[in-house]
Amino acid sequence: MSGAFRIPSAGRLSQAKTARFSFDGQSYAGIEGDTLASALLANGVHLVGRSFKYHRPRGILSAGAEEPNALVEIKRDAARKTPNVRATVQELYDGLAAQSQNRWPSLSFDVGAVNDIASPFFSAGFYYKTFMWPKAAWKSLYEPKIRAAAGLGVSPDQPDPDHYSSRYAHCDVLVLGGGAAGVAAALAAAETGVRVILADEQAEFGGSLRFESGARIDGQDGFAWAQGAVAKLAAMDNVRVLSRTTAFGYYAQNFVGLVERVSDHLKAPGHDLPRERLWQVRARRVVLASGAIERHMVFADNDRPGIMLAGAARTYLNHYGVAVGKNVGVYTANDSAYAAAIDLKKAGVNVAAIVDLRDNPTGPVIDEARALGIEVNFGRAVVRAGGKLRVSSMTVQPKNGGGERTIPVDAILMSAGWTPSVHLFSQSRGKVAFNDETKRFVPGTYAQDCVSVGACNGTDGLSASLDEAYAAGAKAARDANARDYGAKAAKGTKPKVDASESWSRGMLGAAPGAGPDTTVKAFVDFQNDVTAKDIRQAVHEGMHSIEHVKRFTTNGMATDQGKTSNMHGLAIAAETLGKPIPEVGLTTFRAPYTPVTFGAIVSHARGPLFDPTRRTAIHPWAEAQGAVFEDVGQWKRAWYFPKTGEDMHAAVDRECVAVRTKAGLFDASTLGKIEVVGPDAAKFMELLYTNPWEKLEPGRCRYGIMLREDGFIYDDGVVGRLAPDRFHVTTTTGGAPRVMNHMEDYLQTEFPHLNVWLTSITEQWAVIAVQGPKSRDIIAPLVEGIDMSDEALPHMSVREGKICGVPTRLFRMSFTGERGFEVNVPADYGQAVWEALWAEGQKHGAAAYGTEAMHVLRAEKGYIIVGQDTDGTVTPNDAGLDWAVGKKKADFVGIRGMARPDLVAKGRKQLVGLKTKDPKVVLEEGAQIVEDPKQAIPMKMIGHVTSSYWSQNCGRSIALALVAGGRDRMGDTLYVPMPNGVVEVEVTGMVFFDETGGRLNG
Amino acid sequence: MLLIRCPYCEEERPELEFRNAGEAHIARSANMAGESDDDFEKFFFIRSNPKGIIHERWRHMHGCARFFNAVRDTVTDKFIMTYKAGEPKPSKLPGVAK
Repeated sequence: MSGAFRIPSAGRLSQAKTARFSFDGQSYAGIEGDTLASALLANGVHLVGRSFKYHRPRGILSAGAEEPNALVEIKRDAARKTPNVRATVQELYDGLAAQSQNRWPSLSFDVGAVNDIASPFFSAGFYYKTFMWPKAAWKSLYEPKIRAAAGLGVSPDQPDPDHYSSRYAHCDVLVLGGGAAGVAAALAAAETGVRVILADEQAEFGGSLRFESGARIDGQDGFAWAQGAVAKLAAMDNVRVLSRTTAFGYYAQNFVGLVERVSDHLKAPGHDLPRERLWQVRARRVVLASGAIERHMVFADNDRPGIMLAGAARTYLNHYGVAVGKNVGVYTANDSAYAAAIDLKKAGVNVAAIVDLRDNPTGPVIDEARALGIEVNFGRAVVRAGGKLRVSSMTVQPKNGGGERTIPVDAILMSAGWTPSVHLFSQSRGKVAFNDETKRFVPGTYAQDCVSVGACNGTDGLSASLDEAYAAGAKAARDANARDYGAKAAKGTKPKVDASESWSRGMLGAAPGAGPDTTVKAFVDFQNDVTAKDIRQAVHEGMHSIEHVKRFTTNGMATDQGKTSNMHGLAIAAETLGKPIPEVGLTTFRAPYTPVTFGAIVSHARGPLFDPTRRTAIHPWAEAQGAVFEDVGQWKRAWYFPKTGEDMHAAVDRECVAVRTKAGLFDASTLGKIEVVGPDAAKFMELLYTNPWEKLEPGRCRYGIMLREDGFIYDDGVVGRLAPDRFHVTTTTGGAPRVMNHMEDYLQTEFPHLNVWLTSITEQWAVIAVQGPKSRDIIAPLVEGIDMSDEALPHMSVREGKICGVPTRLFRMSFTGERGFEVNVPADYGQAVWEALWAEGQKHGAAAYGTEAMHVLRAEKGYIIVGQDTDGTVTPNDAGLDWAVGKKKADFVGIRGMARPDLVAKGRKQLVGLKTKDPKVVLEEGAQIVEDPKQAIPMKMIGHVTSSYWSQNCGRSIALALVAGGRDRMGDTLYVPMPNGVVEVEVTGMVFFDETGGRLNG
Repeated sequence: MLLIRCPYCEEERPELEFRNAGEAHIARSANMAGESDDDFEKFFFIRSNPKGIIHERWRHMHGCARFFNAVRDTVTDKFIMTYKAGEPKPSKLPGVAK
């Protein structure tokens, strides 16, 4: 037996397929096809959670995605804990384990419920008012306590072991919502042959046909018709049918995000299945068939477990075969709740009374209810619900006042009417319009190529909805440029509605008994614990815009995004303001429609797949040598090569000394490289770099500086001229993409008359720097076709030839101040040539060195690193690089910016060297520099340290710094205040080693 | 995600393939070195930032890599049209009322 409240004759589930599950450790039986909510209700369990603020006991309100109360934690194992799962959406599987949330020590006895008694202190906006001071207490005391007491479920504390997938899809017609209207629209579109996607958030299609027992289409039960129609669609090649798939966001140009829950409903999901799949769909036309959501009645204590939406009670009965009580009361302001009462009565449930707020409604459902012997009361209101952990009674009073009567019940079904789901329409930037007659917002002005059909369009009645949807589906297919896909006119036939139900209006706002003169807890927003009184109070305290009311009360701001509460909240605010509803306006609907997991959005882009990793051709060799790597942009670069027992310092010191005494090998492959080719290549270089290029002989190199138009240094690098029309340009490692973009920009848009091609060759050439006194001895034996003598190949020259039998562009250049070479070889040969050079190097005592030693060596020589010693506000003059600016040039990028008054003013920060008075003290990079350390705080800072290292070669620390008027301060003493005391420094030139530069030439 | 028509590829492609490159039709002076401070300020610093129609440069970064110009409405975020670099500002815009 799957629960005492299961009615074997009702519902569509097969009683034979039992599924065991647990809730708060208690074991229950359900049926396959149940949701967790229907299975709990079948076992008579209504109390499933505690509310957000007041910790009030809460039950199941709905049977769908709009559920505000029944949020539980589903736990598969230690890592697979999902909080805030709506029990009304979670499908049951054998072994499912659920826990209630936001209660301690137990669901039925919750200490936090003291908040309910103390609720006068917790009214709207109380967070803003109460905890204002002392300021320090907010972070240490108030916020942690409030966060612990309020709130929903607990986040998982382990990495998510599941995997998620992501797909892009294109279609002609995307139908969102698989109720009667959506299915009809999809049929009409699909029959023309265009590509159709039909998505619905539920496990089965049919929407409200799940509970509308009176609907008959094409001669069969409405729900059965939907199953047949969807099966037919699924079999068509041009249709993709997605169930358990929620359209959560509608973005620009008919770009819709959907999330498909692939395996949350399975007992033991296979590892081949993702947990969820994100669909990013671009549709030529979108048909919105998102239906309508029933509203609750706003009366005192309307949140007691057992009080639920009438349509939900009907779903539990007609689809799941579950009675939500044995003696139910009905409170309504429209016809649809009558149908629930009638269905329950026919299933053998006692209906204590129907309380109808309307004065003298007429219609077939009312007649039928009476004929079944149900007591029907007009013009009356339920002013209060009795009971605490479960509703026990409803107190009824004539709506204009009078004697009260209390009727014992174990459930109350309520309906204030139906709100069209315009969420996706509104997200598409469409403007809603208020229909004064029906008191609802419906789609007004469209902003995108979409159309709303059925209940979400405010269309009443199954027959009218199907007609509208079928026509819209056919039109969408036609408008979607259907001829591309061999479409023909729809060849199917429109579904015929044989019988249907029709619901009338309803009411908005607080019901009698919860009016302005009352202080009762009549909930508008269950999930955020917002009452009618809170909304009135917000207006009285000066919140006159609905957006302010929303934020002050938090109405509609919970995870359910106000699906049941927004219209009531708006109506109460409008009434309090004394304005008509359309003048107050609706708050904006924002994505996501229902919560989306981070996993679905992130998909595979996490861990090593978060960002591409770039490795050089020589990377495997460095790895085998035990190199420690550092990240430079996306590159992995060898940082240093520790030998056994060496720490970083020892390794770097050894590497630095080896380069200056013998030789070092360095993998410089990550350097950006761009080939500038064409008859106008030199002209182009003249414009993009500060230096003169026209007269640079082929075979020679030059250090180039690139500016932005504002005159600040953008990049630098050595450029070799291979031929009159061919330059091999190098850039900083991190700057390569933006330099390429900068060059392309000018070439394409400002200097399109220049006949030049730009090619990125960063990854085509591996670069092995061989530096040090022995560098030529190491390289020479392997080189063919290049005269390696100083006369033939002086410093700053380039030759093409062969090394180890493969082509090379051999640069004689140095970033260390030593005789040096940079051997460029095609990347495929990078590791082989490296290994050959390494073998030669071993004969001469060479070491491999990493980026840290490279930094130290260049700093010893005062060579700058763009982005470290410059920060985007440094001119060539500031950096002491005036010599690299062509004085006779008529134009280059930055020529005018460089001449701006502030950039030529005195006292600018200039790059200088710093020597600490105590040679052992190494300054911190980024440390601030002052003239007088005794001045009051805040001190006047005149510069900062940009580079600082221990230099084993100099036997002392060295640093570079940007200092105001720095070049006029040579020999001055300045101060670097640090937490542990002031460091005294002397301003020096930037070159700390081999000041005359003699070593460059051997 | 927007769809942007590349005037060189003659195809609508997703926004991810493109990169914005600032306002269009700001010409670099042929006599850059001789520009006055005021003119340089206008050229380099001053941008229009309109509510409504803006002309801007885009690059089909992950496609043909060409820079081109676009007319976009900053209110609706809609691309009204795109055209090749070097072409004049279009005098008439499709579907835009005066």
